[in-house]
Amino acid sequence: MKPLVLALKQEPDQRLDLSPLVPHLLDGKSAKEIAEIELQTTREKIAAGDIFKIRSGGVGSIRFEGGSLRLDNVGQGLKSGEIIVEGDCGKSPGRVMSGGNLVVAGDCGPFAGSAMSGGRLEIGGDAGDFLAAPLEGEMEGMTGGLLIVRGNAGERAGDRLRRGTIVIEGSAGDFPGSRMIAGTLIVLKNCGTLPGYLMRRGTIVLANPPELAPTFVDCGIHELAFAKVFAGLLRDESRAAARLLGRPLARFAGDMAALGKGEIFFPA
Amino acid sequence: MRPMKKNGVRIDDSFAEAFPMRGTAILITAPTRRWALQAAITMTGFATSVIGCGAEAGIDGERSGKLTPDGRPGVRVLVFAMSSDTLETQLVNRAGQCVLTSPGSACFADLDGTDRLPIGDSLRYFGDGWQVSKKFGDRHFWRVPVMDGEFLCEATTGLTKKAVGGGNLLIMGATPETTMRAAELAVDAMNEVEGVILPFPGGIVRSGSKVGSKYKAMMASTNDAYCPTLRGAVKTSLDEDIGCVLEIVIDGLTEESVAEAMRAGLAAIVKLGPDHGAVRVGAGNYGGKLGPFHFHLKDLLP
Repeated sequence: MKPLVLALKQEPDQRLDLSPLVPHLLDGKSAKEIAEIELQTTREKIAAGDIFKIRSGGVGSIRFEGGSLRLDNVGQGLKSGEIIVEGDCGKSPGRVMSGGNLVVAGDCGPFAGSAMSGGRLEIGGDAGDFLAAPLEGEMEGMTGGLLIVRGNAGERAGDRLRRGTIVIEGSAGDFPGSRMIAGTLIVLKNCGTLPGYLMRRGTIVLANPPELAPTFVDCGIHELAFAKVFAGLLRDESRAAARLLGRPLARFAGDMAALGKGEIFFPA
Repeated sequence: MRPMKKNGVRIDDSFAEAFPMRGTAILITAPTRRWALQAAITMTGFATSVIGCGAEAGIDGERSGKLTPDGRPGVRVLVFAMSSDTLETQLVNRAGQCVLTSPGSACFADLDGTDRLPIGDSLRYFGDGWQVSKKFGDRHFWRVPVMDGEFLCEATTGLTKKAVGGGNLLIMGATPETTMRAAELAVDAMNEVEGVILPFPGGIVRSGSKVGSKYKAMMASTNDAYCPTLRGAVKTSLDEDIGCVLEIVIDGLTEESVAEAMRAGLAAIVKLGPDHGAVRVGAGNYGGKLGPFHFHLKDLLP
């Protein structure tokens, strides 16, 4: 079945909330009904048909042609199906998604994959701050699924990560994996200061670590079966991540200022 | 009626009567083939018959590092029992005492299905709070710190309620030497079949049993109809030219796999012929009323 295509007509003059444009909310709607969905975030009304040229197709697969850093909440609450953005998008793409596949070919704003609980989110370009993190007042960040950033990520990537796997193929900003509860965070290039700050449990793998906080303690160099298994499971998604996990890794346990059952691995 | 003959080997018009069992499969890996095999052999020790061992277990086959989740040599182990509860207890006890303890080992689920049995979910408590849960997609692993590093164990493995236990062949020959030769060749052929184990020592049992006994306490006792030394004294099933009987028992994850193994074994015995091997092949049953699976030898001939 052909996908539903939403081609951006021009750069929107206000931020837009695209959260209604997900498969489970569009199911059963005609192209005309979809065109009438309001997306504005100011008093000035903008319907989907005003800003997108809509080519109808199966709502299980939605394609945005063209992107903008003003397109917020793309794929919010995605449960199944596929959304592909052939360009940039704004804040929190894939927030609280629980299934399906969301691909953003370009860059995106902060809170990408915020509190997602399942499915797969891929950012082709750079992601903003607070990747996979909870919003203010929420207790947990990402709780499941797979999040891949092909470019760089901002500060606090994987904040309060609870479950699931994040791979950042570029560099991460300061405090990656801050307050992690569990889960796995992999950074393939450089990373900012204090990775794993106040992490409780979970695994951070850094190809190129900065000086760790003194609250991380040396546990020696190991070749662990689990790293090999994860390497195998990740190979199709990120060959570089698989290569990193296949190497002998130094293990530092921490953050001893918190629970201290987490770990940071880096090549020995 | 004249018996069927294939390549000079007489084939009884009989059938093996088999029973439904619960079965499961795991994959044990280790740094080397030697230690993967060691863990598997230890885990499947003392597991010949549910009557006295609680479970029937064996090695299904080896797997090269290219085909295992962690890239190390692996061995697939099958475990069978009469109930899901017993199977769970046996699996956890055996994995805990024999795989967890074996140097460098890791343990993975190797059977799909919605019914699950815990492995890592039970063994993780050995970690005393230092165990680590790792999930990826729908797979869940436990990492338990041990003295040589970590024991990696999948949380659960699949359980099948469609397993079949008690497929069998009775191999009858003139002497122990010729009978053993036929039995060994049959075992080799049957071990090539995927999804089956031969739980007895080296795949062969020499003390086949009948149901009941003259002694009240005994549930089963020697199969006197097939004992060559009693040939003249009891209502025997043996012919004049038979001096030795060996049995091969088969447990499989499916009915088809058991049939496939019996077919492979029969083919090997027939191919060897009567002069250096078995003169006759039969199968054990209880009249067909106890077990729902009947494997007729005539249907399985090469």
